[in-house]
Amino acid sequence: MKYVDEFRNLDAAKSIADKIRAITKHKWNIMEICGGQTHTIMKYNVEELLPPEINLIHGPGCPVCVTPLELIDKAINIASRADVIFTSFGDMLRVPGSKMDLLAVKAIGGNVKMVYSPLDAVKIAEQNPDKKVVFFAVGFETTAPANAMSVFEASKRGIKNYSILCSHVLVPPAIEALLSSKDNLIQGFLAAGHVCTVMGYEDYIPLSRRYKIPIVVTGFEPVDILQGIFMTVKQLEEKRFEVENQYSRVVTKQGNIAAKNLLNEIFDVVDRKWRGIGTIPKSGFGLKEKYAGYDAEKIFSLENIIVEESPLCIAGLVLQGLKKPMECSQFGKTCTPENPLGAPMVSSEGACAAYFHYGKR
Amino acid sequence: MCLAVPGKIVSIDESNPDLKMAKVNFGGVMKEICIQWLPDANVGEYVLAHVGFALNKIDEKDAEDTLKILHEMGDLNEEEFKSESI
Ligand code: SF4
Repeated sequence: MKYVDEFRNLDAAKSIADKIRAITKHKWNIMEICGGQTHTIMKYNVEELLPPEINLIHGPGCPVCVTPLELIDKAINIASRADVIFTSFGDMLRVPGSKMDLLAVKAIGGNVKMVYSPLDAVKIAEQNPDKKVVFFAVGFETTAPANAMSVFEASKRGIKNYSILCSHVLVPPAIEALLSSKDNLIQGFLAAGHVCTVMGYEDYIPLSRRYKIPIVVTGFEPVDILQGIFMTVKQLEEKRFEVENQYSRVVTKQGNIAAKNLLNEIFDVVDRKWRGIGTIPKSGFGLKEKYAGYDAEKIFSLENIIVEESPLCIAGLVLQGLKKPMECSQFGKTCTPENPLGAPMVSSEGACAAYFHYGKR
Repeated sequence: MCLAVPGKIVSIDESNPDLKMAKVNFGGVMKEICIQWLPDANVGEYVLAHVGFALNKIDEKDAEDTLKILHEMGDLNEEEFKSESI
């Protein structure tokens, strides 16, 4: 493998790893929240550079993985209707619902389109006034402003045949749910750099104080992640607990204020169900009453669909760091990226798929 | 899903005051990106973009380094930006 620059330079990585080794005196469990970081850690074998005392736990920060089965079934219900064009980011199309996935709906004649941006979905609505165009609005705080903008634009331009199936999730309440669990093992967090690019990191300061836990905003390159781990371990060994920013080349304390203002205009903070974890209070965004006309769950009266998760898939335990993917009895057997049983095997950001691809079996 | 990619602003279109758009070059792939949340973004500057929206500006050197990495990781290609490629 070639390393091209300072963010992935092997010497730089090794020298940070040496620094980590030099300061590590105790065993520490550190969680990287973001699935993008899990992917980097697996791809570049970051764990191999770390001293054995450091255990990385892979968190629930993969939007594909935490979208509840129930919502996938709702998406499939909508996409199967003749008067609908169902639009989604590519990675949601292969997520198994309880009977099929969205690609299967497309194969049997459903009008399912992959879009790069939610604004493309608004354009499709504008061009197809006789169809109801629905966008599958999932994602963390990184993606929420883009999806909010699609509703804002549709509303401003008087586009009435556009709606979103909304399941936005938020990182700080998930951190709180993990930390307040009696089984919690986590002693430090790498917070997700792109989530914080939008939201800033003020919300993490009370969490860090309340649970006496270091939280380090961290980027996505191997060297970023090593640096984030170094900063976390340093705090742990010095018995400090603060919010620090490793990714300061992009992230500011306040985040992007214009994007946050748009979020406040379109969304309320609501309770959300997380796949495998259950309902976490105030852990997501839902459309404000004012924008109820853009809420696909209301338009298609789907609020009563309730679906239980597969008992074989232990995604909930994996996403909370209580089990590693290969401790799942289905891992690599009935559950593979070609035939995923649970969501963490679908997305390349999911812990199960990352382990599978990079040979941790 | 939270992957965000740096690209260089080539031109800016302010015809919709609520939806300032820019043509952005991502290592050779051109794309229309909304830059509404970066009121002071200029042509020639680099932005970090996610699902069609610029989340923040980014320093030129950082941006070029990241692009090189993404190219090499195979994480940046035409497919990444396509709609309806299924
Ligand atoms: S390996 Fe498959 S079945 Fe097991 S936890 Fe992961 S996604 Fe679920």
